[in-house]
Amino acid sequence: MSTRLEVRKTYKLFIGGAFPRSESGRTYEVRDAKGGFLANAALASRKDARDAVKAARAAQAGWAGATAYNRGQVLYRVAELLEGRRDQFAAEVAAGEGLRAKEAEAVVSAAVDRWVWYAGWTDKVAQVAGAANPVAGPYFNLSVPEPTGVVGVVAPQRSSLLGLVSVLAPVLVTGNTAVVLSSTDRPLPAITLSEVLATSDVPKGVVNILTGRVTEVAPHLVGHMDVNAVDLTGTVGADGVSWAELEATAADTVKRVVRPGGESEPDWTVTPDGPRRILAFTETKTVWHPKGI
Amino acid sequence: MSIFEYAPAPESRAVVDIASSYGLFIDGEFGDAADGAVLKTLNPATEEVLTEVAVGGESDVDRAVRAARRAHDKVWGPMPGSERAKYLFRIARLLAERSREFAVLETLDNGKPIRESRDVDVPTAAAHFFYYAGWADKLEHAGLGRDPRPHGVAAQVIPWNFPLLMLAWKVAPALAAGNTVVLKPAETTPLSALLFADLLRQAELPPGVVNIVTGARETGSFLVNHPDVDKIAFTGSTPVGKRIAREVAGSRKSLTLELGGKAANIIFDDAPVDQAIEGIVNGIFFNQGQVCCAGSRLLVQESVAQEVVERLKARLSTLRVGDPMDKNTDVGAVNSAQQLERITRITDTGAVEGATRWSAPCELPDRGYWFAPTVFTDVSTAHTIAREEIFGPVLSVLTFRTPAEAVAKANNTPYGLSAGIWTEKGSRILWMADQLRAGVVWANTFNRFDPTSPFGGYKESGYGREGGRHGLAAYLQEGAL
Repeated sequence: MSTRLEVRKTYKLFIGGAFPRSESGRTYEVRDAKGGFLANAALASRKDARDAVKAARAAQAGWAGATAYNRGQVLYRVAELLEGRRDQFAAEVAAGEGLRAKEAEAVVSAAVDRWVWYAGWTDKVAQVAGAANPVAGPYFNLSVPEPTGVVGVVAPQRSSLLGLVSVLAPVLVTGNTAVVLSSTDRPLPAITLSEVLATSDVPKGVVNILTGRVTEVAPHLVGHMDVNAVDLTGTVGADGVSWAELEATAADTVKRVVRPGGESEPDWTVTPDGPRRILAFTETKTVWHPKGI
Repeated sequence: MSIFEYAPAPESRAVVDIASSYGLFIDGEFGDAADGAVLKTLNPATEEVLTEVAVGGESDVDRAVRAARRAHDKVWGPMPGSERAKYLFRIARLLAERSREFAVLETLDNGKPIRESRDVDVPTAAAHFFYYAGWADKLEHAGLGRDPRPHGVAAQVIPWNFPLLMLAWKVAPALAAGNTVVLKPAETTPLSALLFADLLRQAELPPGVVNIVTGARETGSFLVNHPDVDKIAFTGSTPVGKRIAREVAGSRKSLTLELGGKAANIIFDDAPVDQAIEGIVNGIFFNQGQVCCAGSRLLVQESVAQEVVERLKARLSTLRVGDPMDKNTDVGAVNSAQQLERITRITDTGAVEGATRWSAPCELPDRGYWFAPTVFTDVSTAHTIAREEIFGPVLSVLTFRTPAEAVAKANNTPYGLSAGIWTEKGSRILWMADQLRAGVVWANTFNRFDPTSPFGGYKESGYGREGGRHGLAAYLQEGAL
């Protein structure tokens, strides 16, 4: 009996809820931890990054304008869908990160749990991070956290699912939209996540996912005038990338920058100690009004 | 309307002694700069030289940072929060006790009306120390992590528009959180910081906890680039803020920036007009408009635009412009020749680009740096005067028809520091407040400040907050995300 020839897939980008090829027409081979062929992925270009920022900007007001309760429900629904794709994620994590099946399953569980943890923050973060300020005068004075806007996220290179979820979910909680540059060598969980998001209730453009080289695409994200913040955590271990140079570029537009925490990727299995990663992508707005009769 | 006759009511400058020269305040002692460099500081209302101050060089900055590091490691860091708190309460009390001295000195060095330095700058500065004093022994209850720790040595660079108040905004939370400080006052307004150094000696604050290094731009650059600085707080222009952010990139220094603004002050057709006129005047002519959150773009609903502009001009015609030491004065001197040149240059583009210029009829003194309150009408969003921060007493009037148009025009700027809304309709205020991309929104009021109230910008107006619990966060380590 002859073995069946497998149907090999060429994946595309995820921009504005659609799956376009790279405008450059380029692809690259994705290989597993042992060097075996897994798939072809789109090699994103500067134009793709710009298209993704445009889609993210278009989606931002609507996502931020949804009620916190609604954002929480929509994000929780994503966790449900992630759970339904456990096997596919586990296989991709195992292949890409070179984990045993049990280890990969644990990673998927942690990723789903992390997404649920963040989904629950949507309607609490303003209560924790806001304030009624007792000013010395007859004024009502209230501070609330608001989303920064469009956030460029360089996803972790090694931890291709749990790391990705850990940096993406906190961006979305308050109403930011994201342009994610996935792990270069391990993009498959990010691609599968985009398929999950496309069939979820997350509005199109809220999350846009690019696959490709950090050296090529990240400078355009951090230099883009319509990107408000960048998370550079995932630059650790990316080939030929200097986060210092990216941060310097981001300075030209006064972007909020999350630096890598150290020389190596953090231990993503640890549950975050509070909402600091959410708050890194928020602005505090303070509203005053006189009191009187 | 004719202006009331009035007799001058000058504040006495005898309450403050200005020495013939000042050194750098490092490790609790005044001393000359290593290379002996000095600069002269002027009274901008008269161009009279007030005194000479030292210009800190690289080695002076290094000495100050080392003193701050020593004080942090040996004294201020190990000290219980409750003891730090008492030093801060002492400082607050001394500021209040010496408030007249500080107010007079601030007005002489800055050019702002004595009424403002006396009623706003100095009391608010004292209130900041009083507020943050109470945080020093309550940091673990601030909701800023389980183990809140200071950064270490904080480098602080402040502007000339509110010299003492900006010092208080920076120094008070830094010390409460357990940091030590090296402060670089602005080149043209160093004197109130130097008087503050004298107050610190009076308070017996341990040497090195606060060091004050006067100088110019280069001194600030040495400070923010010093390798042993852990935290940088800068208030000033957006171009300089960007430069600092570039210089800090790739380091582990924590940075907060409070930069420029081009705030929209939005007047709806149902606004209480008398109050709105006062709010517009306060918004753009307070401190000669040299305020980063100044309401420099007036957005008026078309149906009331003519009435508002007419009443505004009538009100501006009653402003008293002149001697800042006169307690009747509403509008004082521009801070420096350089700033006057900038205001003049940008304002001159207004008429060239097609806007209609009107200036309040007032007699300006012969000496000193003066600019009459000025209003532009027929302004479009593309005009330079509607886009660039002028930092002077110049208001651009634009109109709108719908709330959505007001929001679009208000947000059409790279800045996002503040905004104003004037309407009697509560639901519209709250809707507008949600839509405006600005860190501070004043509804039916403008230019209110309080130690408990966070202040800071969106977008290119900077990041981080000063004031309130949020302002404390800037001086504590974030810990892992």
